[in-house]
Amino acid sequence: MTQPGVYWLQQILNALQLGSIYALIALGYSMVYGILTMINFAHGDVFMVGAFICFLAATLLKLPFVLTLLITMTASAGLGVLIERLAYKPLRNAPRVSAIITALGVGLFLENLTLAFYPYPQHVPPLLHNVTWQLGGVALSSLQLIVISLSLTLMLVLDYVVRRTPVGVAMRAISWDKTSVPLMGVPVNLIISITFAIGAGLAGAAGTMYSLAYPVIDPYMGIMVGWKAFIAAVVGGIGTIRGAVIGAFILGGVEIMVVALLPSTYRDLVVFSLLLTLIVIRPHGILGSPRVQKV
Amino acid sequence: MRVALKKHWQRALDARWLVPCLLVGGLVLTFAIAHFGLLNNYVQLVLIYVGINIILATSLNLVNGYMGEFSLAHAGFMAVGAYSSALLSMKVLPVAAHPALFHLAVLAGGLVTALLGLLVALPSFKVRGDYLAIVTLAFLMIVKSALENIDAIGGPRGISGIPRLTTLPWVFCWTVALLWLIRNFVYSCYGRGVLAIREDEIASDLMSVDTRRVKVLAFMLSAFCAGIAGALFAHLLQFISPRVFDVVKTTEILIMVYLGGIASIGGSILGAALYTLLLELLRPSTVAGLLSWLPAVVFDPLNDYFIRHLGVLRMIIMPLALVLVMLFWPRGILGLREFRGFIPRRDRRAHGAARLKGTDTHDAADSHSTRET
Repeated sequence: MTQPGVYWLQQILNALQLGSIYALIALGYSMVYGILTMINFAHGDVFMVGAFICFLAATLLKLPFVLTLLITMTASAGLGVLIERLAYKPLRNAPRVSAIITALGVGLFLENLTLAFYPYPQHVPPLLHNVTWQLGGVALSSLQLIVISLSLTLMLVLDYVVRRTPVGVAMRAISWDKTSVPLMGVPVNLIISITFAIGAGLAGAAGTMYSLAYPVIDPYMGIMVGWKAFIAAVVGGIGTIRGAVIGAFILGGVEIMVVALLPSTYRDLVVFSLLLTLIVIRPHGILGSPRVQKV
Repeated sequence: MRVALKKHWQRALDARWLVPCLLVGGLVLTFAIAHFGLLNNYVQLVLIYVGINIILATSLNLVNGYMGEFSLAHAGFMAVGAYSSALLSMKVLPVAAHPALFHLAVLAGGLVTALLGLLVALPSFKVRGDYLAIVTLAFLMIVKSALENIDAIGGPRGISGIPRLTTLPWVFCWTVALLWLIRNFVYSCYGRGVLAIREDEIASDLMSVDTRRVKVLAFMLSAFCAGIAGALFAHLLQFISPRVFDVVKTTEILIMVYLGGIASIGGSILGAALYTLLLELLRPSTVAGLLSWLPAVVFDPLNDYFIRHLGVLRMIIMPLALVLVMLFWPRGILGLREFRGFIPRRDRRAHGAARLKGTDTHDAADSHSTRET
C-alpha cells in the first residue's frame, strides 16, 4: 500500500496528462468560436480522424514518432480547412443554427466514413520506447512526460502566435469587430482558414497523443472526448484561449479525482453535475467576460 | 388560369369539413391497417416510428425553433418518459388485465417528464444561448448516467419485458392530440410570447411578456410531449436501456427539426417523415426489393456490389444529404413557413405577411446569439 501523498501525486500526474489532451482539443473549439461565434461540432471527429491518420502513418508507413506527429498535424489541418471551405463558408451569412447542424452532419459523415473502413477498434502500435522512472514511489513514464510537455509547448506557441504575430492580431481583431475589420484590409477569409488550420492541427496533435496514451482507437471516440473538450472550453469561458486551457485542466483533474474516489461509473454523473452548477453560478465561464445585451 | 386554380385550391383547404374528415379518415385507415393487416408488420413498424418521431421533432421545434434556444436535452426527456411509464405499466398498473390503463401509464410518463422540464427551465432564466445548450447537454448526460447507476431499474442493462401495447391507431391518436396541443399553444397568447422571446428577450420583457412563465410553459410542454413519445417508444420496443437515449438520439431529432425547418409544425412533420422513411428506404433489403423488377443482367451486378454495401453506405449518405440540404436551404425545407391548414382561421390572412417580414430583416437564429455591444 502506497502512502496517500504519493497516491495523490500520481493522480495529479494522470490528471495533467488527460487535461493536456482535452486542452489541445478545447483550443480548437474556442478559437473557432472566438472568430465565427460558431460551435464547430465536427471538431471532435477531426480529432478522431487525426488519431486514425496517426495509426495509418505508424502501421503502413512505419514512420518514427516525430514524422508521424508532423504528418498527422498537417493532414488534420488540411481536413479542417477543407471542411471550412466546403461546408461552413457558404453558410457564413445563414442563420447560425444552420451552421451548427451542418457541423453535426459533417461530424456524423466523418464518423461513418471511418467506420466504413475500420468497423472494429484498432490498436495503435507503441511509437516510442516507453521508460518508467520511480521517483519516491511515483511512477513517471517518459510517455506522460512527452504528452504533457509537448502539449504545453504547443499551447505556449499558440499563445505567442495569437498575442504577438500579425496573424494573431488579425484573429483578435476579427473576433472583436467583424464588420469594420475587412475595411482595414485584413484578408478575413484567409485568417478564418488559418484559424481552422491551427485548430484542426492541434486536434491532430491531440489525436496522436491520445493514441500514444490510450492506444485503442475507434471511429466513435471523438464524440465523447469532443463534447468534453467543448465543455472544458465553455467552463473556461468560450472564445478565450487561456480559459480553454484552464477549463481543460480542471475537467481532467475532476475526472481523475472522481475515478480515484468513487466507482468509475459515477464519473459522468459527477462531472456534468459540477458543470451544471458552475454554469448556473458563473454563466460566462471562468475567464469569459459577461456580454452586455442592449435592446 | 393558374390564379383561378390556386383560389379553388385555397378554398378547398379552407373548408371547415376538411380537418375532421382527414382525422376520421386517418383514424379509420390506421385502424384498418392494424386490424386487418393491410400492410405487413415491418411497414406498420416504420409508420409507428414516423408518428413517434413527429411528436419528438415538433416538441423540440417548440423550444429550438419557436423559442430560438438550442436544447440538447430531448433524448433525456424521452428516457425519463420511457422509464417512468415502463415501470408504471410493469410494477403498478395491471396493464395486462386492462390494456386501456396503458394510456394512463403513458400520460403519467409525460407528466413526470414535464416536471423535469420545469427543472431545466429554471437555469434558462439566467443562462442563454450556447451556455444554455451546455446546460441541457449536461442534463441529458446526468439523466443517462443516473439511469446507468440505479441498479433497481436495471442499471446499464436496462428494462426488458415491457408489454407491447403501442399500436398504429393509438400512435395516430397521440400524435394528433399532441400536435393539436402544440399548435394551440403556439398560436395562443403564450405562443406570441415565445416568438417575442426568440426575437428579443429583453424587449419582450419590457413589453410586459412574462418571460419566465412563458419559458417554463414552453419547456414543460416540450418535455411532456417528449416523455409521451418516450413512453410510446418503450411500449413498442419492449426493451429500453440508457444507451438508447444518448447524444446521438438527440442529434437525430435535431436533424429532423432543422431538415424540416424551424418554427413550423408542418416542417417538423415533413422532416420527421422524410428522415425516418429515407433511412428505411436505404436499407439493403428494401432497395433490393424495390429494384427486383429489373432484368437480372442489370440487377445482379447492382446487387453484388452496391446493395450489399448499402448498410454502410447509407450511414455515409444520410449525413452528406443533410449537409447538402443545409447548404442549399439553410432554413430547412419549410423554415418559418407553415401549412395553411395548421394556422388558425383568424390568423391566416395576416400570417404570411407579418411573420415572414419580421424574420427576414432580423435573423431569427441570430437573436439567440448574444449580441456584443
